[in-house]
Amino acid sequence: MSKMTALFSNLNVINVGLEFFKDDISKQQAPVTHVNWQPIAGGNTKVIAALDKLAQPEIAQKIEAANEEAVNRIIKSHPVLVGYERAIDVVPGMTKTTILHAGPPICWDDMNGPMRGAVTGALIFEGLAANLDEAFKLAASGEITFSPCHEHDCVGSMAGVTSASMYMHVVKNMTYGNVAYTNLSEQMAKILRMGANDESVVERLIWMRDVLGPMLKAAMDKAEPIDLRLMLAQALHMGDECHNRNNAGTALLSQALTPLILETEFTIKEKREVFDFIASSDYFSGPTWMAMCKCALDAGHGVEHSTVVTTMARNGVEFGIRVSGMKGFTWFTGPAQKVIGPLFAGFKPEDSGLDIGDSAITETYGIGGFAMATAPAIVALVGGTVNEAIDYSIQMDEITTAKNPNVTIPLLNFKGISSGIDIRKVIETGILPIINTAIAHKEPGVGMIGCGITNPPVECFEKAIIAFANKF
Amino acid sequence: MVVKLTLKKNTYFDSVSLMALTTKVNEINDVEQAFVAMATEMNKGVLANIGLLLPEVQNANSGDLFIVVKAVSEEVCDAALAKVEVLLKGDDKAATGLGASKKKYVTLKSALNDAPDANLAVISVPGEFAKREALTALTNGLHVLMFSDNVSVADEVELKTFAHEKGLLMMGPDCGTAIINHVGLCFANKVRPGNIGIVGASGTGSQEVAARIHDFGGGISQLLGTGGRDLSAEVGGIMMLDGLRALEADPATEVILIVSKPAAKSVEAKVLALVQSFSKPVVVCLLGGEEAPVIAAGAHFAKTTKEAALQAVILAGVDESSINKRALNLALIEEIKVKLSPEQKYIRGLFCGGTLCEETMMLVRDTHSQVYSNIAKKPEQRLADINVSQQHTFIDFGDDDFTNGRPHPMIDPSSRIERLLKEADDPEVGVIILDFVIGYGSHEDPVGVTLPAIINAKQKAAARGQHLEILGYVLGTDLDTPKLSEQVDKLASAGVTISSSSQNTGLLASGFVSKGE
Repeated sequence: MSKMTALFSNLNVINVGLEFFKDDISKQQAPVTHVNWQPIAGGNTKVIAALDKLAQPEIAQKIEAANEEAVNRIIKSHPVLVGYERAIDVVPGMTKTTILHAGPPICWDDMNGPMRGAVTGALIFEGLAANLDEAFKLAASGEITFSPCHEHDCVGSMAGVTSASMYMHVVKNMTYGNVAYTNLSEQMAKILRMGANDESVVERLIWMRDVLGPMLKAAMDKAEPIDLRLMLAQALHMGDECHNRNNAGTALLSQALTPLILETEFTIKEKREVFDFIASSDYFSGPTWMAMCKCALDAGHGVEHSTVVTTMARNGVEFGIRVSGMKGFTWFTGPAQKVIGPLFAGFKPEDSGLDIGDSAITETYGIGGFAMATAPAIVALVGGTVNEAIDYSIQMDEITTAKNPNVTIPLLNFKGISSGIDIRKVIETGILPIINTAIAHKEPGVGMIGCGITNPPVECFEKAIIAFANKF
Repeated sequence: MVVKLTLKKNTYFDSVSLMALTTKVNEINDVEQAFVAMATEMNKGVLANIGLLLPEVQNANSGDLFIVVKAVSEEVCDAALAKVEVLLKGDDKAATGLGASKKKYVTLKSALNDAPDANLAVISVPGEFAKREALTALTNGLHVLMFSDNVSVADEVELKTFAHEKGLLMMGPDCGTAIINHVGLCFANKVRPGNIGIVGASGTGSQEVAARIHDFGGGISQLLGTGGRDLSAEVGGIMMLDGLRALEADPATEVILIVSKPAAKSVEAKVLALVQSFSKPVVVCLLGGEEAPVIAAGAHFAKTTKEAALQAVILAGVDESSINKRALNLALIEEIKVKLSPEQKYIRGLFCGGTLCEETMMLVRDTHSQVYSNIAKKPEQRLADINVSQQHTFIDFGDDDFTNGRPHPMIDPSSRIERLLKEADDPEVGVIILDFVIGYGSHEDPVGVTLPAIINAKQKAAARGQHLEILGYVLGTDLDTPKLSEQVDKLASAGVTISSSSQNTGLLASGFVSKGE
């Protein structure tokens, strides 16, 4: 059938723009699909010019091929938990005076309250300072090396502060061989990663270093690796989105670890402490999924010409992204955003620190905010409705490259999670990745005060697309 | 007075929704001025003109939404801003519906993924973004109907050439109407299905022909629009030629009708050369065009839209004796002439439809001089000031002069009301012409919103002892919503004289003010 005959016999319309045109067509019983059109790039001409350049067929072809390669590497990645080790023993570039932090690079002077709280707490924990006064002086002295977790194969939740003697998850990519690390959950609200740093916080870190960490290491030293991708997929089917809701994931992980822990040489009392600690918060497996995601995304980084996002991370001041086609550590940043959501009793919105942490690695992989449809139980916690949660999970397909068949959403007919955020699609559609996350108090020393929903600033993507266009 | 601003970064709403919203906010008591719009250069200009261009808006981007309210007090401003929030949200909710099942698309490509059988993209985004959307549609094998205007001629030629190469139709830019497979698109009337195919380079001209064909008992197979510039030398009639070929090949079409404002001579020749090769009869109505070349091409010449419709209907096989040709009511002309005082010499035509304005004016010019308009081609026939009428004046309220920052009068016919009341104060005015376009896309009750002003205008004239003749023409059919007869009855009940076509409107108005003959 010719194109003209088809038009004159089976009119089927896509309406781009005014909605009442769609309504009139519907009234006449003709098939019509409405596009809720938004101006590209908010009308920013520089960004549109960059986008147009990347849309030239010969360039677009290269990008499409590269993106397919990058997202395939992410999807085919098979991260497994191989063990637990001290940061100083395994993390590349770690020294006794190194402090890793969340997000893009930041110097001490620019760090916000929660991150300063965490840094000073860590310096006391490492025995580098005797008290907070000393710790603040030391942090400002220039003797401490500050560096982003992401630049050391690591991720860190919230402040992300990671020091030499902390125990790390060791997650290996069975497909591509790369390894990713992250430290252990401190479980409570008043904790180092949230900016708290009093005695109880440091004492817990010491116990984690002396009992929890060694016990987990001993448990895994004799064991087969634990298949984290499979466990993540199960946790999603059980109602987690594995960023803010980790109830199922923690049950699954502890189910796997428990017999291994039982076989270690530690005392019953110590084992009981560890089990109580794991049971004290559903967040126990939260960092595990972050390391799993980091491990997969690192494998997708560095594919020439790929516009797929491989990192989204925040240091509390800036939000930074990395793009696969920009090898190494090129960060595109914009101001960290407010997180909107319910707060614990007694706190007000103005108490909130800005968006912080490497945990948006989960959204970069396609879980967390992207997989909200799997976790209806969480929507109240982050201040939304179930319909909104489902909409988010559908909408994220608009800005991603593929659906990951290994990790699926039952409620959406087992649709694979949206994978491979494409900076071009973010700019074209104006849809920003959705992130659900915890909120830390803006002052050092307080801790977590709530959680909610946020987006990256559009500037990251604008800068990235302009830089990318300049490559061609 | 207090001025307050809310700026929403990266928040887009289409201008039609925002204008409707602005109107609602301006209706709040004690709000002197409110403006809700995207921070485009044009809207910044509008703000500057009313002295409300705040620095925050000056620095905003065209993708940012601003709400500016000027009111007697802070409280009123806050209340107005709060109302805007509610109105903006309300739309959102309606669009979301059952969020769980209703997928929302923000790009043409994603819509196409889920609607692979789609074959036409209707594009009505702001002009600067329209070409990009059209290219996406054409690249993916979709025909395009581009309602958007403010697209450059160069872009139009590029799009049409590309479409032609791909065997696709590129209707527009600035194409306001089409009927395809009996579905009315954008601004269109509901008409009987039939065997007459139309290609139109003018929106209300095409609607007028289709409505007349329906009234005469004929029916439409397809109505294709080309956009108003298609027959210019620059564009070269690419879409007109492709549209004609499509109709020649369409088995449902037995008679072809061309309607347009005057065409460039070189393009007219190309069109007629193509028509000459056709097997199907073709009626050609190029308003103000010459008869000889049309006849030479073996086509049927029509001076007016009504004549074109009549010829097409007869060629299409409708029994001529069954047609009510709506002959001009000569007795009525004499009756009205008597009612007008000697000083009431002039016609004031206040139009929503561009071609209705053009055709009516053309017919008035046949018998009257001193005819001025905001859309006249010749400089000496242009109004010195579009806001001040001189002698016989014809205003197209759909022209850019009047639509800058306001909805088209077919969507909101109330934009003429102020002018109507002003004309009613002029003792030299004998006849005011008002057109009303109903149907898909148009206002839901154009007569209803104008009626109080009509009554008021008549009373003003009566108060000084004059009869003011208001001549109303409703373009539409009884299949439309609202029905043609319902709109006509409302006008008649207010003492408005009803015309049955664009042509009769011009002839009646001419007759009413013909003195001493």
